[in-house]
Amino acid sequence: MCLAVPGKILETEERDGLRIAKVQFGGITRQAFLTFLPEAAIGDYVMVHVGFAISRVDAAEAARTYRLLESVGLLEGEQAGGE
Amino acid sequence: MLTLTCPVPLAAGDRVLLGHGSGGKLSADLIRDVILPAFHNPVLARLDDQAIVNINGLRLAFTTDTFVVKPLFFPGGDIGSLAVHGTINDLAMGGAQPLFLSAAFIIEEGFAMEELRRVVESLQRAAADAGVQVVTGDTKVVEKGSGDGMFINTSGLGLVANGMVLSAGQARPGDRVLLSGPIGDHGIAILARREGLEFEGALESDSAPLHTLVAAMLATGAAIRCLRDPTRGGVSSTLNEFAVQAQVGIEIDERAIPVHEAVKGACELLGLDPLYVANEGKLVAIVAPADAGRVLAAMRQHPLGQEAQMIGTVTAAHPRLVTMRTLVGPTRIVDLLAGDQLPRIC
Amino acid sequence: MKYIDEYRDERLVHSLAAQIARRATRPWNLMEICGGQTHTIMRYGLDELLPAGIRLVHGPGCPVCVTPLETVDKAIEIASRPGLIFVSYGDMLRVPGSRLDLFRVKAAGGDVRIVYSPMEAVKLARAHPDRPVVFFGIGFETTAPANAMAVWEARRQGLENFSMLISHVLVPPAIRLLLGSPRNVVQGFIAPGHVCTVMGYRDYVALCRDFYVPMVVGGFEPADLLEAVRMLVAQLEDGRAEVENQYVRSVSYEGNLPAQRIMESVFEVCDRKWRGIGVIPRSGLRLRPEYAAHNAEQVFAVGEISAEEPAECISAEVLQGLKRPTDCPAFGRACTPENPMGAPMVSAEGACAAYYHYRRHSVAEAGVC
Repeated sequence: MCLAVPGKILETEERDGLRIAKVQFGGITRQAFLTFLPEAAIGDYVMVHVGFAISRVDAAEAARTYRLLESVGLLEGEQAGGE
Repeated sequence: MLTLTCPVPLAAGDRVLLGHGSGGKLSADLIRDVILPAFHNPVLARLDDQAIVNINGLRLAFTTDTFVVKPLFFPGGDIGSLAVHGTINDLAMGGAQPLFLSAAFIIEEGFAMEELRRVVESLQRAAADAGVQVVTGDTKVVEKGSGDGMFINTSGLGLVANGMVLSAGQARPGDRVLLSGPIGDHGIAILARREGLEFEGALESDSAPLHTLVAAMLATGAAIRCLRDPTRGGVSSTLNEFAVQAQVGIEIDERAIPVHEAVKGACELLGLDPLYVANEGKLVAIVAPADAGRVLAAMRQHPLGQEAQMIGTVTAAHPRLVTMRTLVGPTRIVDLLAGDQLPRIC
Repeated sequence: MKYIDEYRDERLVHSLAAQIARRATRPWNLMEICGGQTHTIMRYGLDELLPAGIRLVHGPGCPVCVTPLETVDKAIEIASRPGLIFVSYGDMLRVPGSRLDLFRVKAAGGDVRIVYSPMEAVKLARAHPDRPVVFFGIGFETTAPANAMAVWEARRQGLENFSMLISHVLVPPAIRLLLGSPRNVVQGFIAPGHVCTVMGYRDYVALCRDFYVPMVVGGFEPADLLEAVRMLVAQLEDGRAEVENQYVRSVSYEGNLPAQRIMESVFEVCDRKWRGIGVIPRSGLRLRPEYAAHNAEQVFAVGEISAEEPAECISAEVLQGLKRPTDCPAFGRACTPENPMGAPMVSAEGACAAYYHYRRHSVAEAGVC
């Protein structure tokens, strides 16, 4: 369950007392509520589920773990004699 | 404490559902169970997008289509231009040169005259640009509440050259499957207008008349088995129809399928698969293997085929099933959906 | 698309599969809870990339499928009332009740609308003050904060015509039930990454400790799931049982506190019946009494609908991972997505539907259907 998609915050505004962002997903944008992420700011990537941002992607952490994934993969490739 | 439970399966319905119009399994069932039994003739039974009939040695292609799109006006077109393109394309998929159209309007009482004018002008412009004449038509007005704004039916007549036979039944193992360009533009443009998605750059319906692209492909002299435009139900429906009609299997490669970034973003957000989203300016062709490269090159020379790709092969394995090699390697089925694809939260 | 495409990289996926193959020395049964994870596995064929002994069992992680029959019947009853606007996520429209589904209610003239976000239902209520607007609030913990916000906002705006039919389910009690069953075969869990994005993974620590079963919070892309499997296999081979977090880019131990706070203020925990399983104590959420005016069950006095579900299919065993969909004699024959007999065939995330939708050809070749 729980389809949540990562998108980049392009703009934020306050409307009727609620904080809303314009979020970019690939080639489209859609609005999402920032009610649960008071510290989210323009340029941040957030996971959006049913129109609400539920987490902020920790860019540094994501990059670090991805590099780790890749590097073990490279090692794996060497050990297996390349793929 | 744990109990085994299951619901009683729902009986086959006594009402027509929206899903019966979606181009998927329910539509196929409706045609098979209700429509076809009423009309017995070999032309209809072929279930091609157009009927090719012989009148005193002249081969005429004849087709009809009704347009119920909502919203009536969308990025890249409107119900008027769509009504022209859709019917021209049905003729073109039979290899016909489209010549004449009829246009019948069913308009809801209270519809704005200004909007009617816009639709009519758009329809006329689309026909003129395609070199086709609207020669007859009809107009009806229905009571408020009965019509959803406007419906348009267009029927089309075209000429088919002698010896030209395009039919799904001709597909055979080894043939290549070609796709003329990125998929999902029309369906997503429509959905976006309804859902309030905004786009960076212009994502529009791909609504377009394909007859000159088809003519360029046929002019290569290649052995083209069949053509079809993947409208409602998407590329998946078209491929499944081919597989069933030809009693063959089809294998496609996910890596080869072009999708615009905006369409991809919208599909990810809504949990939709582009393979099931409607197109209105694309075609799928099945071509003999030796000729596939040539046809692809000809397509890429044409403005409507610049991003054409070879996406798969016809196979003797798993007849009537379409499979896809996924992005990461393994193969899965590309199934025919029951009804419309629904946005999901799960 | 950033944070999606790089996790679908073919070479990365294959290298992870190779790492798993090198680490696994014995067969292991692993369960992914979340329907979205099941969907990724089936849609990309990830289970085919795993070594033969590593078996992925699909858990009851589809809130659509496990919505109790009685609730679906209540929804249908409410949606059938003239003048009322019934609003739902798309997933629920095809779920069969005892006699009908919401699609058929729509066909018969009911005003049933699909939305992507519950706030659109609030907007509808504001736009149509003279008509009752009822939102079908289903889902796991991931969706609960959004559904809670909708009710909270409706109340704040004084939208008396807005109410919600709630059927929320919680994941940890279901895992506790599965692990506590004497027939449990699951040795490691992939915990649901978006549920944990909201709730954190504190609850899973207790489960892990009580049952000594390794758990890894996993994401939803192919590389996420394979990495989670790799981490589980490593724990199992080492004889460890810990809670680890694979989905670091979205999940933290604490989770999203503002989201938890809104859930807390609008909902309270209750017992909940899971379709195909039965009642799991304290496994659901319902509206707090102070929101009674926006509680569709009370506003419409639907009462207790009792629904008969003849025991004919093996849903419960599939949902616990004791049997595969293909073990069921009805699979692909009497039971198909168009005519589902049980919860796991109902929505595309259900194990049976996913098998049918994506994997029928290998099943056919194996001569099962």
